[in-house]
Amino acid sequence: MSSTRRDPATYPPYFYEAYRATVRRSPRHPPVRLPVTLSELTGPGPAVSQVSTEDADLTRNMGTGEEAIGERMIVVGRVTDHRDEPIAGALVEVWQANAAGRYRHKVDQHGAPLDPNFLGWGRCLTNADGVYRFVTIRPGAYPWENHPNAWRPPHIHFSLLGPAWGSRLITQMFFPGDPLLALDPIFNAVPAPARERLVAHYAHDVTQPGYALGYRFDVVLVGPRATPAEPFEASARDRQ
Amino acid sequence: MSAPAPTPSLTVGPFFHGIVRPGANVLVGPQTRGERIRIEGCVYDGDRAPVTDAMVEIWQANAAGRYRHPLDERPVPLDPAFIGFGRSATEEAGAFWFETVRPGPVPFRGDTLQAAHINVAVSARGVLDHLFTRLYFEDDAATAADPILRLVPPARRATLLARRLPSDGTALYRFDIVLQGDGETVFFEL
Ligand SMILES: [Fe+3]
Repeated sequence: MSSTRRDPATYPPYFYEAYRATVRRSPRHPPVRLPVTLSELTGPGPAVSQVSTEDADLTRNMGTGEEAIGERMIVVGRVTDHRDEPIAGALVEVWQANAAGRYRHKVDQHGAPLDPNFLGWGRCLTNADGVYRFVTIRPGAYPWENHPNAWRPPHIHFSLLGPAWGSRLITQMFFPGDPLLALDPIFNAVPAPARERLVAHYAHDVTQPGYALGYRFDVVLVGPRATPAEPFEASARDRQ
Repeated sequence: MSAPAPTPSLTVGPFFHGIVRPGANVLVGPQTRGERIRIEGCVYDGDRAPVTDAMVEIWQANAAGRYRHPLDERPVPLDPAFIGFGRSATEEAGAFWFETVRPGPVPFRGDTLQAAHINVAVSARGVLDHLFTRLYFEDDAATAADPILRLVPPARRATLLARRLPSDGTALYRFDIVLQGDGETVFFEL
C-alpha cells in the first residue's frame, strides 16, 4: 500500500483553477523526491507537546469570564498513523469563524458581528489513545471573493504536529449534509473519493445531555516514506 | 484489516494567525548554545508579488547537530534551551524572519553527513498542501557536497541557498521562497 505524501488519490493538486488563489501560488515544477533522513523522521511534535498548555475550550478561552454565543459542540477524534496506531502527544491546533461566520482577524471584512467572548482558536494534545477533544461552537458560513456569491461552508481549520516533520498536516473539518459543500472549490479540490474523510460525523455518544452536540473527526497522518529499503533508524543506531 | 485512509490536506487559509504565537519565530533564549543567526526572507507568488498570508515553519537540529526527538539517539548533546521549531507569519511585504542558531550537521547514510540545513514548510492561502523545502548555507564549505542537494538539478540548487548578508554581530542570512515561476524554489516530496 502507499503511505507516501502527495498520493493523488488523497491530496488535492496544487493547481486547482476553480480555487483562484492556486493559479499564481502553485509550483510549476514537480517536487524533488527526497530520500528519508533523520531530518524528515524527526519533528517538533514530541518536543512542542511537552511545553504546550491546554486550551481546548473555545467557548471560554477568550478569558472574559463570559461564554461565546452559538450552538455548543464537542469535537473528538482519534489521530492515528497509516498502520492505525494511535499517535499520542500530537499537538492539535484549531481555528474557526464565530457563530455568525466572522473571524477575529484584521483581514476579515465580512459584515457579520464579532463575538466579544469568542477568540476562535485553541489547541490540545492527543492522549495516550491518540484522542483529542475540543469544546467549541458551531462556526457559521462566510462569504469570500473567489467567485460571485461564493460562500465557504462551515468548517474548522486543523493543524497537526505528530512525531515526524514529514507527517505534518494542515486541513479543514466540514459538517455532514451541508448543501454548500458541493459548491465549495476548496472542498472539491480534494479528490472525490477522499472528500468524505474531511466531513465529521454526528456522534450521539459524544453529545452531552442538556449541554452540547457531539461530532467525531478522526485524522490519519502519513509519511514520510519509511520503507524497509530505507531503514534509517537502524543505520542511525548502528553507528553508536 | 485494511490500512486506514490518509486524511487529505487543505489550505491553511488567510485566518490562521491565532496559532502563530508571539515569539514563535525566536528559537533561542539566553541559555541556548551555539552561534546565533538571523534568517530573513520573503514569500513570492508567480507574479513575484509578495504573499502576505503565508506561514513559514522551520525544524532544525541544535548547534551540535542533534534533533530533539526520540528517534535521534546519537551520542551528541541535547541543548535544554533549544527545541528547534519555529513559526513566522508573513507580513505586508511578504516578509518572515527567524532568530535561531546555526544547526550542526546531521547524518545521511552510514557514516556520511548532510550539510547543515534547516527544514522548511510553507503554508498559505491558495496552497492546498504545505510545501516542504530546505535551507542550506551558501557560505558553508560542506553545502556543495550535500547528498540531498546533489539530487536537485544544478540550475535550481541556488533556490535552496541562504545568502550571507553584511551585519553587525549576529550572522544574517537571506532566504526567499518563490512559489511559482522564475526562480521557483525547489520543493520536496517526502
Ligand atoms: Fe476558514
